[in-house]
Amino acid sequence: MKTDTPKDLLDATAARSASPRNLKPLIGLVALVAIVAAPLFMKNFLIFQLTLAMIWAIAILGLNLLTGFNGQFSLGHGAFYAVGAYTTAILMEHGGVSYYWTIPAAGVICFIAGFLFGLPALRLEGTYLALATFALAVAMPQILKFSPFEHWTGGVQGIVILKPDAPFGIPINQDQWLFYFTLITLILMFAFAYNLVGSRTGSAIKAIRDNPTAAKAMGINLSLYKSLTFGVSALYTGIAGALSAIVVQFVAPDSFTFALSVILFVGLVIGGVGWIPGAFFGALFIMFVPHLAEGVSKGLAGAVFGIMLIAVIFLMPSGAAGLLKFVMDRLTPVRRWMGSSSRRSQ
Amino acid sequence: MDLFIHQVLAGLATGAIYACMALAVVMIYQAIDHFNFAQGEMAMFSTFIAWQLMEWGFPYWAAFFLTIAISFAAGVAIERSIFRPLHNAPVMSHVVLFIAIFVIINSFAGFIWDFNIKAFPTPFGTRPVLGQGLLSAHDAGMIAVVLILLLLLFVFFRYTRVGLSMRAAAANPESAQLVGVRVSWMLALGWGMAAAVGAVAGMMIAPVVFLEPNMMLSILLYGFAGAVVGGLTSPLGAVIGGFSVGVIENLAGTFIPYIGREMKLSIALTLIIAVLMVKPSGLLGRKIVTRV
Repeated sequence: MKTDTPKDLLDATAARSASPRNLKPLIGLVALVAIVAAPLFMKNFLIFQLTLAMIWAIAILGLNLLTGFNGQFSLGHGAFYAVGAYTTAILMEHGGVSYYWTIPAAGVICFIAGFLFGLPALRLEGTYLALATFALAVAMPQILKFSPFEHWTGGVQGIVILKPDAPFGIPINQDQWLFYFTLITLILMFAFAYNLVGSRTGSAIKAIRDNPTAAKAMGINLSLYKSLTFGVSALYTGIAGALSAIVVQFVAPDSFTFALSVILFVGLVIGGVGWIPGAFFGALFIMFVPHLAEGVSKGLAGAVFGIMLIAVIFLMPSGAAGLLKFVMDRLTPVRRWMGSSSRRSQ
Repeated sequence: MDLFIHQVLAGLATGAIYACMALAVVMIYQAIDHFNFAQGEMAMFSTFIAWQLMEWGFPYWAAFFLTIAISFAAGVAIERSIFRPLHNAPVMSHVVLFIAIFVIINSFAGFIWDFNIKAFPTPFGTRPVLGQGLLSAHDAGMIAVVLILLLLLFVFFRYTRVGLSMRAAAANPESAQLVGVRVSWMLALGWGMAAAVGAVAGMMIAPVVFLEPNMMLSILLYGFAGAVVGGLTSPLGAVIGGFSVGVIENLAGTFIPYIGREMKLSIALTLIIAVLMVKPSGLLGRKIVTRV
């Protein structure tokens, strides 16, 4: 490594602080405009796929809050996704509740479900928790088929729900409206996640991940915070499930098998554990890669997932986050140049 | 009372399936201190290999032992190639790798042999041994195989040098290394044996549940439940645990309305959480004390 002179370091620091200040809001604005305008020019099926990708992102974010920031595993988040989806479907079908009110309801129910499952399960650590959540995911379809509840859950058949129209007579079609509806939810959820992680509570959550013993010594109530994190994580995944029920217009027990939990887990690892924007990369991966793989041969998606997982673990243990950092580090000279040129122009 | 006894017997028959799987789970747990979530898929793949060998005209027992050998080699190969380089990686990496192996094997099994169910032969026949449809010859044979397997493992771990080395490597890797045990190869051996036991489990189970790529998921869950109930560090405990889970499942199915019959998997879930909460060492496991 070459030694930097103080002047070099100063330049580099200035460049680093100058370039994001100039570029970040601009890039953000362009991206937002592009995302908002996009559905007006796309085919409905692509809109549907992107909406689903955003839903995956919310679910993966929930899992990431648990695993990336609190250091706990779950191989069973598909179960909470299912609870959220069923909450929405049942409320819409039997309660006559509007679709937008079912979203917070699903969130609350999943929070409670996650918290209650967490209370006993979170005294378990590492692989034991992975085992308990694995069991939950495997058992879930059977619970959904339970015949005494068939009147509400529709048993094996599931429930079909109707797509909502855009409100206030806005002249866009249902797919476009659901895209925007999901986008708004997504932005709210991500803003909340950023604030949570940055808050005092967030520090406690991360302290538990980094050193449980020290965290306990600092007076953090481990089981309470772990259960709360599990609840919040389930809330995110449940809201994603609720949105998916509305977008897909259908829930059935066999959509919520162990495979769903595996998909969420794959998205988490590919996107990068412990990095909030990673959820987007993970979501895009699990949304589009299986289609490509199935195009080559049926049933090959699993193999692609698995090989990618092994590749991530061996080559870039921090997932897309690590890849991005790697690329950015390579680009540092460019950024430095951009930073200095912008200062020169001032 | 008659009904009760009948259900206990029927429970032992299904319990033999779970005991087989629990034994495989414990084998790997002893070696690496983790649950191998890919265990069921490995067993499924082994069973497909046996099926393929028989399709090619091998007699049952030749295919049986050849499959065990192949599975053993595959288990060692997986440890050497994938897990060896990441021996000291955090738990997270291991869980990711288990899931990776899970989906890869599942996907390839479907790719090679498609997803249609296949019948798998039994060497013991299917005529009833005890009562009407309570305990078939295959069930009895399966129970015998489990007990023989258990005896072999006991003798291996108790009276052979390699078995002793394996126990030493699991109990105290550093000290074992210092007295000349090749610890990393012991891990590989553990993987190989777990794969081999899993293969036996798969071949015993397949005549009952039929052969297809997703056959093992729920059985693996019961296997985990059996292993947890029996104690994760004891093969004998795993077998007892497996049988108990089978009996509990059957009794619940008969005597608890609705829940017992329709939510069998939830019973396994409840058992796992309850035992881990109340007595994590299970029936016969060692208590594990960690210093903080």
